[in-house]
Amino acid sequence: MTQLALVIDLNVCVGCHACVTSCKEWNTSGWAGPLTDQRPYDADPTGVFFNRVQTYEAGVFPNTETYHFPKSCLHCEDPPCVPVCPTGASYKREDNGVVLVDYDKCIGCKYCSWACPYGVREFDEQQKVMKKCTLCIDRITDMSLPESERKPACVLACPTRARIYGDIHDPDSDVSVAIREQGGYPLQPEWGTKPSNHYLPRRKTRIQIHEDELVRVDNPLKKEELPTLPEAGETLDDVAW
Amino acid sequence: MQDPTSRSDSDQGRVEVKETTCYMCACRCGIRVTLRDGEIRHIEGNPDHPLNKGAICAKGSSGIMKQYSPARLTKPLLRKQGAERGSSEFEEISWEHAFELIEGRLSKIRAEDPKKFALFTGRDQMQALTGMFAKQFGTPNYSAHGGFCSVNMAAGMIYTIGGSFWEFGGPDLERAKLFIMIGTAEDHHSNPLKIALADFKRRGGRFISINPVRTGYSAIADEWVPIKPGTDGALIMAITHELIKQGLYDRDFLIKYTNSAELVVDDPSRDDHGLFRRFEMHVEEGCFDPENKLWWDIDLDREISTHTPGVDPRLMGEFKLEDGTSVKPAFQLLKDRVEEYTPEWAAHITGIPADTIRRLAHEMGVVARDQKIELPIQWTDSWGNDHDSVIGNPVAFHSMRGLAAHSNGFQSIRALAILMTLLGTIDRPGGFRHKAPFPRPIPPCPKPPKGPEAVQPNTPLDGMPLGWPSKPDDLFVDEDGEAVRLDKAFSWEYPLSVHGLMHNAITNAWRGDPYKIDTMLLFMANMAWNSSMNTENVRKMLTDKDENGEYKIPFLIVADAFQSETVAFADLVLPDTTYLERHDAMSMLDRPISEFDGPVDSVRIPVVPPRGDCKPFQEVLIELGSRLGLPAFVKEDGSRKFRDYPDFVVNYETSPGSGIGFLAGWRGKGGEKFLKGDPNPRQWEMYKENGCVYHYELPKSYQYMRSWNRGYLEWARAHSMTRYAEPITIHLYSEVLQRFRLAAQGKWPGRIPPERLRKRVEENFDPLPFYSAPLEHKLVDTHTYPLNALTQRPMAMYHSWDSQNAWLRQIHTHNYLFVNPRTAEASGFGDGDWIWVESPINKVRCMARFSEAVEPGTVWTWNAIGKAAGSWGLSPKANESQKGFLLNHVISEELPPCEAGDHMSNSDPVTGQAAWFDVRVRIYPAEANEPEVTSPQFKPQKKLPGQDPKRGKWQAFVAGAFRKKAKIQE
Repeated sequence: MTQLALVIDLNVCVGCHACVTSCKEWNTSGWAGPLTDQRPYDADPTGVFFNRVQTYEAGVFPNTETYHFPKSCLHCEDPPCVPVCPTGASYKREDNGVVLVDYDKCIGCKYCSWACPYGVREFDEQQKVMKKCTLCIDRITDMSLPESERKPACVLACPTRARIYGDIHDPDSDVSVAIREQGGYPLQPEWGTKPSNHYLPRRKTRIQIHEDELVRVDNPLKKEELPTLPEAGETLDDVAW
Repeated sequence: MQDPTSRSDSDQGRVEVKETTCYMCACRCGIRVTLRDGEIRHIEGNPDHPLNKGAICAKGSSGIMKQYSPARLTKPLLRKQGAERGSSEFEEISWEHAFELIEGRLSKIRAEDPKKFALFTGRDQMQALTGMFAKQFGTPNYSAHGGFCSVNMAAGMIYTIGGSFWEFGGPDLERAKLFIMIGTAEDHHSNPLKIALADFKRRGGRFISINPVRTGYSAIADEWVPIKPGTDGALIMAITHELIKQGLYDRDFLIKYTNSAELVVDDPSRDDHGLFRRFEMHVEEGCFDPENKLWWDIDLDREISTHTPGVDPRLMGEFKLEDGTSVKPAFQLLKDRVEEYTPEWAAHITGIPADTIRRLAHEMGVVARDQKIELPIQWTDSWGNDHDSVIGNPVAFHSMRGLAAHSNGFQSIRALAILMTLLGTIDRPGGFRHKAPFPRPIPPCPKPPKGPEAVQPNTPLDGMPLGWPSKPDDLFVDEDGEAVRLDKAFSWEYPLSVHGLMHNAITNAWRGDPYKIDTMLLFMANMAWNSSMNTENVRKMLTDKDENGEYKIPFLIVADAFQSETVAFADLVLPDTTYLERHDAMSMLDRPISEFDGPVDSVRIPVVPPRGDCKPFQEVLIELGSRLGLPAFVKEDGSRKFRDYPDFVVNYETSPGSGIGFLAGWRGKGGEKFLKGDPNPRQWEMYKENGCVYHYELPKSYQYMRSWNRGYLEWARAHSMTRYAEPITIHLYSEVLQRFRLAAQGKWPGRIPPERLRKRVEENFDPLPFYSAPLEHKLVDTHTYPLNALTQRPMAMYHSWDSQNAWLRQIHTHNYLFVNPRTAEASGFGDGDWIWVESPINKVRCMARFSEAVEPGTVWTWNAIGKAAGSWGLSPKANESQKGFLLNHVISEELPPCEAGDHMSNSDPVTGQAAWFDVRVRIYPAEANEPEVTSPQFKPQKKLPGQDPKRGKWQAFVAGAFRKKAKIQE
């Protein structure tokens, strides 16, 4: 069975929010739209975003790390948001594993958002229905798009290409290879939800320079050495008899 | 709901796809805009565009919300009779009325004294046109935003290596192995840098970030080296000290391609002290560096002409020429200079441990030396030597405003360019690479006017409003050596102010120093808010009146697409279009989007019709140029020459028959030529057919070592990109600067600085970089004001543009002052508390946010999120004005009175770069009874005629149905 997912590379994410607004832009006019905004030009604006970037600091100055952490629905293999839904609005597709909400069936009871350990469901206060990341279901399944564009909007937008998309059940897919080779990990596996989305950790590159590497025989300073003239004075040539 | 897999978005409504160029920041990425029933459905990166390769950022993806923003201006507006300036009381007028008003005013000024008209523009991307308009009008009072942005970066590097970062050149991360980013905010460059940085990291490159703050790009650095603001020069020179001490420099590169081995007169008693010793030879007058200089031959132990085949010259030592002149190689002078700049010395200044400084130097030096790249590319140098390969020392740097926005920035950046040169990384694989039309001569050829006589009634300006002085005689000063320009650019106060000093234009105009002006035209420059320093007082100047009750700045015209803070102060408002509604040319005559591998320029083509009565500013200038009869805009009989801006772009030539116009691609009658060729009537169509971008890829042998690459230089001359094919020797030692110093010492035969400025010029025009604390740190009490305060721009916003954007303002709704917890603890406040930030000139109340990602001597905030109440189409209660704040209120545009003058700009004394980041502050908690809103507050701006009526409490954007629902006027 296919399980589509994102692998997000925290090693290169600079927190630019391209994924946040490209998602909003595609989806608000798409199948899962609109993504409404409350008080768009007034105090305390807030609205529906399927994808958000959170920024954290770890450590104490000067040993500080700053992390940008994009977060959207993880399309769990065993999603706790599905069985709690009283109307069947919340469902997981059998063909590709994407977790979706049917707004026509949703009664806005929010059980699903209480059940989700990751806080990625987005309640539309205007329409009173629950919304969430669809992995751009209306792009990835649209056969009228060229194959190179049958990807979530966030994946196409991401300038650092920190978002890899594919089938985690296919061992040869880019996502599976990335998870396997680069230490990809799921969020909070202890909940048993088997999140499909994975994250790649920070990796550090260092350079080790040994002291004897500093100086080489061709050190240009040698070129500047002045010829050492013998000290004036007598030599054996002068005094030997 | 319908099954999502059984529908296609392309079946929803009438779909059109158009290509153009983004303008949500200055990157200029290629975009593809999909329309549904005439409304924007989505904007995506153009995968075939050389700049962004399909990527798009948060801003670019939010273009819809800019297009349909309630801050849009749609009608020309005139301040109501009797209404006070700044009160936002306007009436709608017709464009014809607006043009008549301007024409009447400007034709009178032009006939009497053209310099009483001042034109200043923001990040306009059309300086080729705005600058030309000013020159044609005859006023020298023109500049764009470079003076308060990063002119130090442009000037410091162009005066050293003939190129600079960003639009002019950049780090070759495709081949670099070590990358050092020093003093870079998140916005210069945006997408191209993100793309390159991520690929660089994936390939295993090592990335070091040197910055007082760890955000954005620095977050993914392998190592973060926190540094105290304004001390970068000290760090760079200590690294240089260590590199020279260890012999970790590229001797071969320095000898062949820089002036390191050239002999400098070393005799303070002589008038030519500090100049290169030149021998007699016929030299054609030009703006290149003639090769009549000397080396010291190691083998013969005597002087010899530079670049004599087979000669190995000395870099170090002191010598006597045959005629008895004492000389030293330039490199020896650099070595002497950095002798005292030890890592231990710098550790104290920068806050970086000496061992770390040494290690940084060793990493740079050893990687450059031992991990060389050799590409099998044949090329021939300027002296006729054939090379079988191109060598690269894979250490790359990037830097921007963190170095630039200090009063010692020019010399710090000179030091950086020299460090990059010592490592042998200039225009080589894995190092720094130029972008066309760079490299250019050091300095480039265009010069400012020479004196007041260059400004004559009804006559174009004699000289360029902005140019590149190479000697004191190139300055734009009167008989007393004082400024002719309103902003005092190119005077002895800021001799190399190659981008002008827009940040002092309003203060100077208000004070009438050096003279009063009549009309100021501001184009998309938010001078009543985030583009001014000392903002609260600048706002007062804009409304200040003289003893006759007349405004001290008599007439203010503001052209903008949005209801900025500055619009409120206009007498006349001209509504501009958005980037999706107009033609634009990102011209080779301005700052194109060239790649390392060759020239690139691009255009915008409208994807939607303009809203209301708004009109592209270019059309306004063409119309005014025609009405005023400016020579470039009219035929010989005085009739209009160009129908509109697209017609101008196609048919304008820099001089009749020159073949050089605004666009480089598809020139010639049939589009068969590039860079130079006859106007092509189908040029716009050809750009349109090609994704709105023209990219000429140079042959590989012309892509590297271009400053000394004979093939490239001759190609560049043949295509009129340069006037000379002479080698562009790197100015490790700057004779240009020494000429100004000699003038200050009374040893220069030409112009000399006024007495009050002699010491300042002598000190700062040092031909070798030096470290000196920022001016403000020396002039204010740093015990009372112990902290540095910085701003940087978040990646999701650009300038002041994006608080109007319903999506982006949800990412950054208001800003905090980020403070290290240790600093906050010492000041007695907690995370999230209201505090005061106070400098010697003003104070601001804001909220504090603890951060371990900032060095304890620095506080910082995101710039341009804080807004004046009621501006930018926001409710007066919006977070941006109630909790958001503008740090500019505490930054002075002038220095405290000093020997050089009472009203010196708070700027670099060489370039006039605004020293935003020099500001010193103290912080303390607000009283418990104080209101929990930011201070200062301003009377809320009113909505303007033609702006959308109040938007609803919620909105749902669905393309094809939005404007009607939201009652947005067409």
